[in-house]
Amino acid sequence: MSTNDPLRPTMAPTAPLALGSTFTPPPSPASLRSAPSPASGRGAGGEGSGEGQPLLEARGVTKRFGGLVAVSNVDFTLPERRIYSIIGPNGAGKTTFFNIIAGLYRPDAGTITFAGRTIVGLKPHQITRLGIARTFQNIRLFGAMTALENVLVGMHCRLTTNALGAIVRWPAVNREEAWAREEARALLRFVGLAHKEHEWARNLSYGDQRRLEIARALATRPRLLLLDEPTAGMNPMETAATMRFIERLRDTGLTILLIEHDMKVVMSISDRIMVLDHGERIAEGTPAEIRSNPRVIEAYLGRTSGRAATGSDTP
Amino acid sequence: MDVRERGTAGKPALAPPRRPGFAGVLRARWAALPPRQRQMAGLAVAIALAVLYPFIDSALGLGFMGAAVPIAVFVVLAVGLNIVVGYAGLLDLGYAAFFAIGAYTMAFLTSPQSVLPFGTNFWVAMVISFFTAALFGVLLGSPTLRLRGDYLAIVTLAFGEIVPDVVRNWDAVTRGNKGMSPIGRPVIFGLDLGQTQQQWYFLILAVLALTVVMIVRLHDSRLGRAWKAMREDELAAAAMGINLMQTKLLAFGLGASFSGFAGSLYAGFLQTVDPEQFRFDISIMLLAAVILGGMGNIWGVIGGAVLIGTYDRIIADRLQGWVDALGQATGLGFLQNLPVASSKLMVFGAALVLTMVLRPEGLFPSRARAAELHGEAAVDVTEPVHDEVAAGSTQP
Repeated sequence: MSTNDPLRPTMAPTAPLALGSTFTPPPSPASLRSAPSPASGRGAGGEGSGEGQPLLEARGVTKRFGGLVAVSNVDFTLPERRIYSIIGPNGAGKTTFFNIIAGLYRPDAGTITFAGRTIVGLKPHQITRLGIARTFQNIRLFGAMTALENVLVGMHCRLTTNALGAIVRWPAVNREEAWAREEARALLRFVGLAHKEHEWARNLSYGDQRRLEIARALATRPRLLLLDEPTAGMNPMETAATMRFIERLRDTGLTILLIEHDMKVVMSISDRIMVLDHGERIAEGTPAEIRSNPRVIEAYLGRTSGRAATGSDTP
Repeated sequence: MDVRERGTAGKPALAPPRRPGFAGVLRARWAALPPRQRQMAGLAVAIALAVLYPFIDSALGLGFMGAAVPIAVFVVLAVGLNIVVGYAGLLDLGYAAFFAIGAYTMAFLTSPQSVLPFGTNFWVAMVISFFTAALFGVLLGSPTLRLRGDYLAIVTLAFGEIVPDVVRNWDAVTRGNKGMSPIGRPVIFGLDLGQTQQQWYFLILAVLALTVVMIVRLHDSRLGRAWKAMREDELAAAAMGINLMQTKLLAFGLGASFSGFAGSLYAGFLQTVDPEQFRFDISIMLLAAVILGGMGNIWGVIGGAVLIGTYDRIIADRLQGWVDALGQATGLGFLQNLPVASSKLMVFGAALVLTMVLRPEGLFPSRARAAELHGEAAVDVTEPVHDEVAAGSTQP
């Protein structure tokens, strides 16, 4: 939605970058990954792979809804430990593409491999277990559960307690539960919600809810994090803090796939960008390449006013 | 439950110049307690009442013991159904079928009229009933839990009709409408624990306590969280790595097993089983108990089940007499002619409708549920920080 830019022309000057107020810095991001996991057998530990190797690869992905081709023959390679953004006008198929990766939709054609494994046809929970976590465009927290409980739900697939264990509560179960709570609190601290662990998700402020959703996604211990418009509805200060937070996540070793409307956000933090329009990939490259790509400008602002787009998008 | 409301809003209104009597003092003390202690105190009083009831009954000569046992069984059933409906959010209209399966498993294993060539004692049969019902729950659940809510309700409704029908018509095995009797007795070390209604009452109370402990522990575990998350938002729950099918099946199977548990006990208490005990009304009454009490809150559900059980077993039968007496005492002719006894279900239905209108979260809801239905602070979720920004960034 390029309309963002015309809509908030005053934002650029009011977004100072030196604001650490909304996100408290994480104590040690490493604790996220180094904590002992009782659930073994997840392919999450695959560190040895060098930087920039493809983590996710899509070939010829197509999805139709009736007569409408929502995603059409999209090829896409996501390098590891990068922030990769998908942009495009409304209805370009960004969220559909996201939902295909997350297993909500099955593509009509094409293949998707994650860490060398095909994931087409897997159920959403199986994909989560492989190491892909997501947030939602319209926040979908469990409103009547506390912040801590929300994160604990995110840890579900890393815990092993079964019905019998839950009833009898032998020592291993209690240990696991205690560990899970500790880990969940660490995650809340990491996103700056430590003091709100007992609040219901629905009572949190909008920005806090977005952060809690990220904490919940991180709790599944992903290798790839899908963020669907993480700064939607945020004020400039919150947006700037969120951007820095996302960069910090990348620096801990996560790969991030981002859908974002705010051009300023996209251009400043993405390592690479893919542009979708009417379900088709019309451009792919670094922010600089995208910014000067005539097809992108055309898709966003139409043929005649192409110059205006470059004008407002470049800082 | 709504501690704060009663504590802050209620007190000043209650304490105008009049000198507070004993009850007033008690109420003020009560309101001053921290919520946690108040809950514990309430629980202690409830347990004490339940345990002492037989003695109160005999001391006052109430003669309700014969009703107290079925009511206790009814409570076990309701807390089991609460797993399915209240925790996992699955509408099960055929819960009584598992009750029947439990009861008949007990009968097959312990009754001399059983067609089985072997038998077990009461306790073993009770455990087997638990697992048989679980097995049927899984068998019914695995194909049907893929269905969405309304369809699941219809399938379970059908199952609830089929089971008694099969029992009624399969004479060779189940003895049809004649039923089977007697049933094995709860003997332990040569001591028969089922000789009096009081003994049965305590036996079932013990089973109820065990059931409640098990369910509370399940609720406060990884599985309970998964149920809750799934009830709130299936899509988000799946995105958190929760296997929806497996989680639903577990809730369904566990719910069924507690029903089977209750069925086996009830068969033992009545010393007979016949298909008429497991009609559709039971499923509906149980559902009503869960909803009336406050879905998802086990203590509320127990309260609801006690209320409905009491109405069904004690009040409904006596209501006619009371209304007639009231009619005579007041001289209001129309009261004397009210056909209360025959409109038992109507009174019941009216009570439910009233509850849903006045207090949709149930009489004793969990805090979360109350907020859900009264929209406490729900605005925060939908109201973004800056209206214009949101308007610019929400996709149509």
